[in-house]
Amino acid sequence: MQIVKDNQLIDNSWKYVADDAELVDGDITISLLRWEKDHQQLLAHEGKLGLRIAPNDSVDEMAANLKGIDLVELDFPDFADGRLFSHAWYLRSRFGYQGEIRATGHFMPDQVFYLSRVGVNAFAPEKVEYLPFVLTNLNDFTVEYQNSIN
Amino acid sequence: MYQYNDIDQTLVDERVAQFRRQTEQYLKGEISEDEFRALRLRNGLYVQIHAPMLRVAGPYGLFNATQFRKLAHIARTYDKNYCHFTTRQNVQFNWPKLEEVPDILAELATVQMHAIQTSGNCMRNTTSDHLAGVSIDEIEDPRPYCEIIRQWTTLHPEFDYLPRKFKMAVSGSVHDRAATQFHDIGLHLVKNDAGEVGFKVLVGGGLGRTPVIGQVIKPYLEKKHLLSYLEAILRIYNLFGRRDNKYKARIKILVKESGLAKFSALVENEWLHLRDSNELSDARINAIKAQFTPPAYINNADIDTSFIDQQQEHKAFATWVKFNTTAHKTAGYRAVFLSLKAPDVAPGDVTDFQLDAVADLADKYSFGEIRSTHRQNLILADVNQADLFTLWQQLVSLNLATPNIGTVTDMICCPGLDFCSLANAGSIGIAKEINEALDDIDYIHDIGDLKINMSGCMNGCAHQSVGHIGILGVDKKGTEWYQITLGGSSENDAAIGDRLGPAVAKDQITKAITTILDVYIKNRLNDEPFLTMVNRVGVTPFKEQVYADS
Repeated sequence: MQIVKDNQLIDNSWKYVADDAELVDGDITISLLRWEKDHQQLLAHEGKLGLRIAPNDSVDEMAANLKGIDLVELDFPDFADGRLFSHAWYLRSRFGYQGEIRATGHFMPDQVFYLSRVGVNAFAPEKVEYLPFVLTNLNDFTVEYQNSIN
Repeated sequence: MYQYNDIDQTLVDERVAQFRRQTEQYLKGEISEDEFRALRLRNGLYVQIHAPMLRVAGPYGLFNATQFRKLAHIARTYDKNYCHFTTRQNVQFNWPKLEEVPDILAELATVQMHAIQTSGNCMRNTTSDHLAGVSIDEIEDPRPYCEIIRQWTTLHPEFDYLPRKFKMAVSGSVHDRAATQFHDIGLHLVKNDAGEVGFKVLVGGGLGRTPVIGQVIKPYLEKKHLLSYLEAILRIYNLFGRRDNKYKARIKILVKESGLAKFSALVENEWLHLRDSNELSDARINAIKAQFTPPAYINNADIDTSFIDQQQEHKAFATWVKFNTTAHKTAGYRAVFLSLKAPDVAPGDVTDFQLDAVADLADKYSFGEIRSTHRQNLILADVNQADLFTLWQQLVSLNLATPNIGTVTDMICCPGLDFCSLANAGSIGIAKEINEALDDIDYIHDIGDLKINMSGCMNGCAHQSVGHIGILGVDKKGTEWYQITLGGSSENDAAIGDRLGPAVAKDQITKAITTILDVYIKNRLNDEPFLTMVNRVGVTPFKEQVYADS
């Protein structure tokens, strides 16, 4: 499936590997738990590595594990769970993370403007038909009252 | 009063366009019910028993005449010729059509108004002292800081999906008229030992199901740190506030469960990272302050004392001056309350005709500005005493001069079962019944300062737990019952009322209230106010009489 990254439609090259699944070739994301558990094996992985972060994941633990990470996926279980907005903010403005931050899971296309403002630069919406909405809604506002990360 | 610049205007215009697009997508089935609910709530739109309800923001309770005319126009064109003022100084329309809401919001935007974040689990309209800028006990005008907070909270990208709603209030006076001890964050402008003005910050207060008095988290915060400190509190709340149970999701529960010491340590640690990078400059504060300069008062307005003679000639005028006007820091001026608690009217309701008329009166007598109060009345804040008599006559003809401000019939009342889909019991009807029972204005004045707050359910929109007398509607097997509390207060002596006893049936509640008043009249010492007496004797003497026959 395609995703939106830096305001463009692109093909997604990343695969998420669940905690109980075998590692696969290519660029993969894993949970913090897996990253800590299979650390040595993952360091030897040939593709790029990404972390999939859930709202419950501790910000400090996330911060301590960013070395060698090219993608952080913020995985929404529910669009109403606003904690991941703070995770994104921390990644960019406190921990200086420069790689891709991607929203995945159950977020609304109507949240992408705010997400982009806290530092999310890629969006993998639940449904492919949301992709045009994501692209449009990123431009909902031309003004803002607060400092932005993007 | 703050005037929008290009950025403010563009923001509300773009918000209207966004909501128009969202409404269209919802009606086409492109946005789910669940998702649209979150989006419409953040634009003030509830779905109630009869129709949607639209809540429009009254930023810290400040309006101008043009805005009132627009509200009148909306009431006439899109609603049933009236609207309702709330305890958060906002305005509600009870009968808009969903498809027309984007048009209503577009109309509001033309007069620098909006409905952004008036509901939903986000930062809400910041409230303040309705006498800000004119009260005699003011340390500093809180309105510039309210406006700074309004801008900071509006469309804040990180804090729009909080665990629960989040309310702030700012007071600049010694006497707290903004119930700051019952807000998620309460801010008091205070002087430190060096004579500088900053903020005392309270956190974790709130009403609703679990009323809690806020605790001081920062006794003195320099003004330049206002926004960084708010940001630190909000971030800690966003990350650690409970999301597993909506009844335990407010910040008051987080503060209570973690303890103030642990909570403030988290906030302090976060704030240390932020405070130097996000300072509020003096230039910014002064630029906003410049929008709240005093109006062009006439010098020596106190020389014309004809209103004193007029009071001697007209007893009704004198009574109105006593109850419905209050002292002003400028000699010769008074702040005038317009009572939205006429006996035959639902508390807080105002018609399109009245809105237009009030706009004209504001233009003529009060520099074109109007305020709403958290007790659901209106204020013309800057009236020359020489104009009081003429103004009074016009307010009488508009049914806005009931001399009951601060008295037992100046009840705070939620819409209750008549309109609200959350309510368990009616409240407007009970308010009417109590009014009918208390038809002797001299008796009402004899009772004096007594605040009745009445909510139709546990959510407590009418702040019943801090009423001197609180009335809470509950459902018992499909019938309406009412719990009574005594001794609450939302002012400096903040207190949560004590339960009188078991709930009383609907046909007994008015009698229970009049009994409580009789007990007070018979047992008070000299001029002892109701609240003082309750604090002295407790609930027992009241309880004995109210339940005597049952």
